Amino acid sequence: MKIIVCIKQVPGTNEVKLDPATNTIIRDNIASIINPFDTYAIEEAVRIKEKMGAEIYGLSMGIPSSQEMLREAISLKVDKAMLLTDRKFAGADTLATSYALSLGIQKIGDYDLIICGKQAIDGDTAQVGPSLAKTLGIAYITDVSKIIEIKDNIMHCLKITDDGYEELKVKLPALISVVKEINMPRLPSIKGMKHARQAKIEIVTFADTDANENKLGLKGSPTKVRKTFVPTHEINSEIIEGTTEEKVNRLAEVLNSKAIRKGM
Amino acid sequence: MASIDIIKEQCIGCKKCVGACPFGAIEIIGKKAEIKDNCTLCGVCVESCKFNAINFEFDVVENVDISNYEGIFVFAEQRYGKLKTVSLELIGKAKSLAQELNTSVTAVLLGHSIDNLSKELIAYGADKVLVMDAPWLNDFNDHVYGEVMVKLIKDYKPEIVLIGATSNGRSLAPHISSSLRTGLTADCTVLDIDKEERLLLQTRPAFGGNLMATIVCENHRPQMSTVRPKVFKPLEPDYSREGIINILPIPTPVERFVEKIKNIDNNETISLADADIIVSVGKGIGSAKNIQLAKDLADVLGGALGASRSVVDSGWIPYSQQIGQTGKTVAPKIYIACGISGAIQHIAGLADIETIVAINIDPDAPIFKVAHYGIVGDCREILPMLIKKIK
Ligand SMILES: Cc1cc2nc3c(=O)[nH]c(=O)nc-3n(C[C@H](O)[C@H](O)[C@H](O)COP(=O)(O)OP(=O)(O)OC[C@H]3O[C@@H](n4cnc5c(N)ncnc54)[C@H](O)[C@@H]3O)c2cc1C
Ligand SMILES: Nc1ncnc2c1ncn2[C@@H]1O[C@H](COP(=O)(O)O)[C@@H](O)[C@H]1O
Repeated sequence: MKIIVCIKQVPGTNEVKLDPATNTIIRDNIASIINPFDTYAIEEAVRIKEKMGAEIYGLSMGIPSSQEMLREAISLKVDKAMLLTDRKFAGADTLATSYALSLGIQKIGDYDLIICGKQAIDGDTAQVGPSLAKTLGIAYITDVSKIIEIKDNIMHCLKITDDGYEELKVKLPALISVVKEINMPRLPSIKGMKHARQAKIEIVTFADTDANENKLGLKGSPTKVRKTFVPTHEINSEIIEGTTEEKVNRLAEVLNSKAIRKGM
Repeated sequence: MASIDIIKEQCIGCKKCVGACPFGAIEIIGKKAEIKDNCTLCGVCVESCKFNAINFEFDVVENVDISNYEGIFVFAEQRYGKLKTVSLELIGKAKSLAQELNTSVTAVLLGHSIDNLSKELIAYGADKVLVMDAPWLNDFNDHVYGEVMVKLIKDYKPEIVLIGATSNGRSLAPHISSSLRTGLTADCTVLDIDKEERLLLQTRPAFGGNLMATIVCENHRPQMSTVRPKVFKPLEPDYSREGIINILPIPTPVERFVEKIKNIDNNETISLADADIIVSVGKGIGSAKNIQLAKDLADVLGGALGASRSVVDSGWIPYSQQIGQTGKTVAPKIYIACGISGAIQHIAGLADIETIVAINIDPDAPIFKVAHYGIVGDCREILPMLIKKIK
């Protein structure tokens, strides 16, 4: 089996803080991390490999420093990694990103399964997975919370929805995006980290592809950011004081006045 | 391709652009701005510069003839004959957008045995309903629904397509936008019209809600957004309203790539997505057993039970109830956080909530910064008293 995992480098939001003076996000010294959802994608690929044998490719589009992130993926038992990096890829929205990733995937070729994270925590769009599947012309299932079985080229899985779960079946090749519930990612081993340091990351630039420039980067992106702003959260806070009894009474009063309860 | 340069002679190193850049891609080096590698060429910085020191060249994009497109489509999501509330919210919003554009709102209804829903859609503001009713449309399916929508959009050429940001909507929309090679903005919370340019201004949170971005789709049609449930209010239904119901001929069934074996519905009577009140528990609740206290409060209030990630990771509550960046985004009217510290990743899941109540033993817990009402105290003691009082 050949599995491709799409991995994005994102700013570690643990540290997102607002500068009170300028009201902008403080970005100094924010470490870049593997998009948290993609760590579940990597882990799931590794579990399939351990169960039934597979070769895992890590694929990313991003700035040159994303190589380090791909190295981290290798330390987590991803076999090979490819980075699409070029100024011509920059400024891509989800449509252009999907196109660029599809170029990498065609280079890797002959895949059975593509695994994405549910969404990237910087843009929060959850669009690249389905859009990529559509670009490649393959089936997709989003929000997969469990792979039940892969047998004779058919995958059974659970998808989490607003109403509960759905048990679904799909013929491979297909693309899935995974949620956190699917597994608990492992930490890299010392051996894995050593191996990753020497591993070769394949770098793909525009010139290495036969891409249509009009579909890439800013040019290939139908959506444009017109402006950005920091939302204001001005709220009236009331810390309810008093004895425990008094606090509870006041809170009950608040809830009674705000809650629209059945039969009241 | 587009390019960006700093005109060094004009730059005075004022740092305005540094603050404006959503990607942290500008640095001041030796009193001059420098564009770093992680610039995405979004162009946001250009306006921030008062000294015209940023030279940004946009691409000339091939022009799609956008004047052929008119009207607003709303995907009327339903499940086994019941409309999702967000679809009605979207029709109400579409109605006001359509007024500004001087055009009409069409609801697109796909499914099986759904005839009674058309009247409801008209009562809530749709001018026209396109109905496709066939057994093979009974179950939602990304590919099948996607292909049908693509065909309808090609035939009717709406300028705007709105889809609820439900789990199905967010999975379906990229299929449609990619097929049509148009733009799609995810999970919008504000929609406006730029009348002059006849453009939809789509505003959405990014970076876990720390930043808002307004996005436009200038040269491609339709302009597509998924829209977060509960941000817009549906209109008062008026069953005497008149509208056109257009029953569409049924095409040959679309081939299914993904087959549904079964639904496993939540036995929770109220889902987190629909709940007006959510009682949510954090690690401070102390034990799996104590969760019953919060459950009881949710029950008396007619609400749903949510949880922080720590509680989910401890196995006390299933992941389907996790709220936050790696869980669900919720928008109830009232959110009661019991023993939740209020980490930024948790707060990221709280969207536009009218009233947040926090009960926490630690007066310095960050949750109090976002709470409208706070009680410093032990939730294990307060919850039982509160339930008694409310009962
Ligand atoms: C990439 C990433 C994604 C994440 N995604 C999410 C997410 O989606 N959702 C999420 O929730 N978290 C998420 N987290 C985790 C998040 O950072 C916090 O660790 C988590 O929200 C903390 O949960 P908590 O508030 O229940 O626990 P704690 O931080 O342990 O807080 C417990 C609180 O309870 C209070 N307390 C203790 N005893 C009592 C008592 N008897 N009565 C009242 N109060 C009491 C304490 O003062 C404390 O404030 C994410 C983290 C990362 C790194
Ligand atoms: N630049 C990228 N490189 C590799 N994978 C990506 C990239 N952008 C998005 N993805 C994948 O698509 C998923 C959804 O991303 P998004 O649609 O941006 O929320 C991520 O979890 C990744 O698996």
